[in-house]
Amino acid sequence: MPMTVVEKILARASGRDVARAGDVVEPAVDLAMSHENAALVINQFAEIYEGTGLEPRIWDPARIAIIFDHRVPAESPKTASNQKKVREFVARHGITRFHDIRGDEGGICHQILPENGYVRPGAVVVGTDSHTTSHGALGAFAFGIGATEMASVWALGVALNVEVPRTIRVEVSGAFAPGVGPKDLILHLVGLLTAEGANFRVIEFHGETVRAMSTSGRLTLCNMSVEAGATSGVVPGDAETVRYLREVAGVSDPIVVVTPDAGADYERTLAIDAAALVPQIACPHTVDNVRPVDAVVGTRVHQIVIGSCTNGRLDDIAAAARILRGRKVARGTRMLVFPASARIYQEALAAGYVADLMRAGAVVMNSGCGPCLGVHEGALGDGEVALSTTNRNFKGRMGNPKSEVYLCSPEVAAASAVTGVITDPRKGA
Amino acid sequence: MARVIAKLGDDVSTDVIYPGRYMATVLPTETPQFAFADHAELNALLKSGRAPTGGVIVAGKNFGCGSSREQACSCLKGHELTIVARGFARIFLQNSINLGLDLVTAPDVEAAEGDELEVTADEVVNRTTGHKYATVPLPAARQAIIDAGGLIAYTRQRLLAAR
Repeated sequence: MPMTVVEKILARASGRDVARAGDVVEPAVDLAMSHENAALVINQFAEIYEGTGLEPRIWDPARIAIIFDHRVPAESPKTASNQKKVREFVARHGITRFHDIRGDEGGICHQILPENGYVRPGAVVVGTDSHTTSHGALGAFAFGIGATEMASVWALGVALNVEVPRTIRVEVSGAFAPGVGPKDLILHLVGLLTAEGANFRVIEFHGETVRAMSTSGRLTLCNMSVEAGATSGVVPGDAETVRYLREVAGVSDPIVVVTPDAGADYERTLAIDAAALVPQIACPHTVDNVRPVDAVVGTRVHQIVIGSCTNGRLDDIAAAARILRGRKVARGTRMLVFPASARIYQEALAAGYVADLMRAGAVVMNSGCGPCLGVHEGALGDGEVALSTTNRNFKGRMGNPKSEVYLCSPEVAAASAVTGVITDPRKGA
Repeated sequence: MARVIAKLGDDVSTDVIYPGRYMATVLPTETPQFAFADHAELNALLKSGRAPTGGVIVAGKNFGCGSSREQACSCLKGHELTIVARGFARIFLQNSINLGLDLVTAPDVEAAEGDELEVTADEVVNRTTGHKYATVPLPAARQAIIDAGGLIAYTRQRLLAAR
């Protein structure tokens, strides 16, 4: 019985020979990730054990990862107390894959997992964050769950009652034009599919363009697959996956990639010509409100944000630095840069990108989720407009329902920082 | 019978239901005050206690899209609301089943604020307009969790069974 990547992964993790879309399985979890919302998971975990006479025990502390990223450093006593509670729990239960607020090993969860080799091809990864879809970039089946479901995973080590999702196959051919890249591809795809077009489905990425793409670009694709509603995005593991895990993540043990069988059953197949793509912009207030940059060129921008789990990696920062080197961020526009991890921050420092950006007038912040979800910094004023490389533009996303957020690639963001208006990077700032 | 206390559109995101800046608040006893915090009128109605018990919010497709934050469910459950929508985003649907928030999927539902709805096993009847709308059952895979009274109870059963 030919299977898709996710069917194969779920069959293996559930101890079955075959898993087909629609089957209900209970896969063993290889990695269970949380961020600050571990504070809520801890409450729910304790509640499960209430009245059972059993001692609360995590099924396998080595398979838990907890990363502080949403509000770092803490913006309020409440957050600081939640973080303190999580630290105490981590120490008590012997959780070692814990990334605190640190300049050496901290960062955004969806960057920390790949760069530390916590995610392997074929793994089942769950996370209390919707952008857990990111980790499909390494050929894993990775999906977001709520805090109560995570508490259940902590107790049992399996994800309960999982319906094997149907798969949409996306074939991408052609080379990107200069100034166009993975972010434009995924924005275009979300626009095509719509915000609910992949709800309860997996998007499996194929084609020469994806094969030639770095793991960084694949993380961008899988990260935003959830914006079309997808349970997960997945790029079948290949030579690039192995290269990334060996060279970047320092993995030395055997790596086995999982590829789909010929003749696997796809709900549908979409073909995209990457060569025909122009820079794409998701306009307020839904991520599927995607237009070519031409449609919004000239829109006044008050805040530029480069960063997040979507586009805060070294290649993203390098692209911005190349455009801003020797130039200035326009007066009346502020530019905030959030490297996706402390390690990337250090690499950007060593490469001179941080200096390029700061001399241009950008503020380079500590690694973290920053203003992406409107939690504790980089808020917008009434009537202000942000242009951001992040992943969501819902009303109020950056903390103010009277503001607007446009989403774009790092190239568009950097070119627009120079002019103070939305600018096509191919035509120069 | 339940009254529609608000009619919302498509793609109501978790940022609208429970804005990110309140995410440090996690207790189900505390989250309801921030339900639809940026939707001043609805938030005020919910907090005032004037909304009828068991009130309904009617929405379009893809309700609950976005974040996995469970507060978006606990804040609505705290007000004992039922959400009738043309469709729900996956994580929100799953979280609601896990916490016991009442969701009804009715792909063609039409209703206005103030209408009286009756939800039966397989349809939503709008008593105000007289129209009936078929409903889609919740995913069968989750039925065991619903039957147990939520995921906490279900996990507890499984733990004790495995002992």
